[in-house]
Amino acid sequence: MTRMQVKSSQASPLKNRGVFGANLADRAFRWGTLAFAIAIPVLILVLGIILTWDAMPSIRYFGWHFLTRSIWDAAPDHQYFGIVFAIVGTVVSSLLALILAVPISLATAVFLADLAPRWLRGPLSFLIELLAAVPSIVYGLWGIFVLVPLLRPVETWLFMHCGFIPLFNGAPYGIGLLAAGLVLAIMILPYITSVSREVIQAVPQVQREASLALGATYWETLRGPVLRYARSGILGAIILGLGRALGETMAVTMVIGNCTDIPTSLFSPASTMPSLLANEFVEATGKLEPAALVEVALVLVVITVIINAFARMLIWKVSKGDLQGVRE
Amino acid sequence: MGVNRISLSGKEEVMVSLATPRKAAQGWCIGIGIALSLAITLGIASCKGKSDAQNSPTPPSLSAVNLSGAGATFPYPLYSKWFDVYAQGHADTRINYQSIGSGGGIKQLQAGTVDFGASDAPLSDDEVKTMPAPVVHIPTVAGAVALAYNLPDVPGGLKLSPEVVAGLFLGEITKWNDSKITALNPQLKLPALPVAIAHRSDGSGTTYIFTNYLAAVSQTWATKVGKGKSVNWPVGIGGKGNEGVAGVLKQTPGSIGYVELAYATQNKLTYVSIKNKAGQFVAPSIESTTAAAASAEQAMQKNVRVSIVNAAGADAYPISGFTYVLLYKDQKDAAKGTALVDFLKWAIHDGQQQAGPLMYAPLPKAVVTLNEHTLETITINGQPIGKKP
Repeated sequence: MTRMQVKSSQASPLKNRGVFGANLADRAFRWGTLAFAIAIPVLILVLGIILTWDAMPSIRYFGWHFLTRSIWDAAPDHQYFGIVFAIVGTVVSSLLALILAVPISLATAVFLADLAPRWLRGPLSFLIELLAAVPSIVYGLWGIFVLVPLLRPVETWLFMHCGFIPLFNGAPYGIGLLAAGLVLAIMILPYITSVSREVIQAVPQVQREASLALGATYWETLRGPVLRYARSGILGAIILGLGRALGETMAVTMVIGNCTDIPTSLFSPASTMPSLLANEFVEATGKLEPAALVEVALVLVVITVIINAFARMLIWKVSKGDLQGVRE
Repeated sequence: MGVNRISLSGKEEVMVSLATPRKAAQGWCIGIGIALSLAITLGIASCKGKSDAQNSPTPPSLSAVNLSGAGATFPYPLYSKWFDVYAQGHADTRINYQSIGSGGGIKQLQAGTVDFGASDAPLSDDEVKTMPAPVVHIPTVAGAVALAYNLPDVPGGLKLSPEVVAGLFLGEITKWNDSKITALNPQLKLPALPVAIAHRSDGSGTTYIFTNYLAAVSQTWATKVGKGKSVNWPVGIGGKGNEGVAGVLKQTPGSIGYVELAYATQNKLTYVSIKNKAGQFVAPSIESTTAAAASAEQAMQKNVRVSIVNAAGADAYPISGFTYVLLYKDQKDAAKGTALVDFLKWAIHDGQQQAGPLMYAPLPKAVVTLNEHTLETITINGQPIGKKP
């Protein structure tokens, strides 16, 4: 019997009982859960409709220019908006965070799951998960008052000695894309680490033992049977981190420099879509700015959905190649 | 296979036992709780439209009056102090103020959900048109915007002219030892550092006053950038809030940026003396801000919405502005209208004593008189309010 068949026969007894066969409480429970389950997609639909509706003046006025131009001019007599800079800032800062956080998270997860002595596992996991409990404004303030002063000499050095590389060819203020990427990396570390650790721990012990018994070294065992087995789960963990990085607002706003130009180097001050919203929404005035900001939110939702869909596809493709999926 | 079947039937038993009456009742409680909380949330959301700003049939003298206001964050420390002090002498008036930003305050007033709005910028002509009824402006207090800087070897005493300030913020002057700056500061040794501009990234009244000043003194700025609570800055790093700008300033040698005067003094930032219209270099202070407010009195007689940046007086600090309370000229509710006018009369007289310690500039006498006249024009359903002391 294949796994799929087991799954469907597991589901059938509940389904086959039928609504009328059960007593009142059972029926109410079933309808209740159904209502709540439907409520969530409805909520998302309503959200999308409201966002589109409120963004209409901006969508009508700017059309595609909103997505192809790079300018944020909210002065009441000007009111012209195009958000390429914010899209670039959002994507680049999040990718930067992933590049920095994924290797550290994975190494930590492997250590915690397989290598750490038992007495160290608990406290260390706890400390890492504690990172997730810190409010984002605290990360922002820490970023601006601790990280940025530390970063400035590093940036200055890179600029002086590696300035020929376009990435490092910018005024080293300390505040900017790199600072935002670093803060984001620290913020998503605990998510990627704890989920990856769970997934790696879920790899059957026999699989490890079999590999070692065949003469594989520990490194070979880790690379093959362990990480390969767990890869769809690890990918899921990374996507979770990416989702968090894309939407992070306050900490990024504090350290990114909020410049409405397309960043030209790692050191450039930039903006992300959430930071733009956080900055502009409170005092948004004029005919178009409030609508333009709602359109920014709409674009952010759409981009998040696209990235998530892409990630789902990736996970699905990867797990098809597995001997047996970890995720069910 | 067989094992699976057995475990499945086990699960079924668990399901059945879940449905025993007591457990079911618990489930119901949770369900009802969720439904209730949803209903409450929705209820609150739908209440937004019909708040207490509209006519209430209660007689004026019997119960306490609840006034609600919303708007600017800049004067919030002073306003909350006012409401506190005022409540001690007037137990029958309660004022609730939400500092949601000037733009939000104007929108709420427009929708009629608050009794008064508060804004750091007067209504623009366009905004006046969108209001459902005539609105009056009461300037409550004046504030100054300080230009703070961080130059390692210059502990203080930097002087700048309007042209240089505009040049710096336009990105035309890029080095601190530029001849335009050294000419104004022969006594200072200015370093060859690049200029780093820091500005507010969030929309704010402070930005409005500062860009209003730049637009007043520089034609290039007026046409290229313009004025507003948020503008398209030609150069620089944006910091969120006064603390964000101060963070950039403290950590970046060669930086210059603008913050509220109160914030600059509390955080011991060094700030620039600016050449005013009369040719004097004036540092921001409570006195020089009040002087700026006083010199605008003539113009305010004609139109209270006039700006006081680049004011004419010899002692006037040029980057200052009023913050305003906005209310409808014709009040619909007698009790509320009277209470609001009484409070505003108190605020422009006794309330001014609270301003200085919180680093706001008190209103000059002429503006107080002007406000008195404005408040006398307030009517309740077309009838003038009885003159009160």
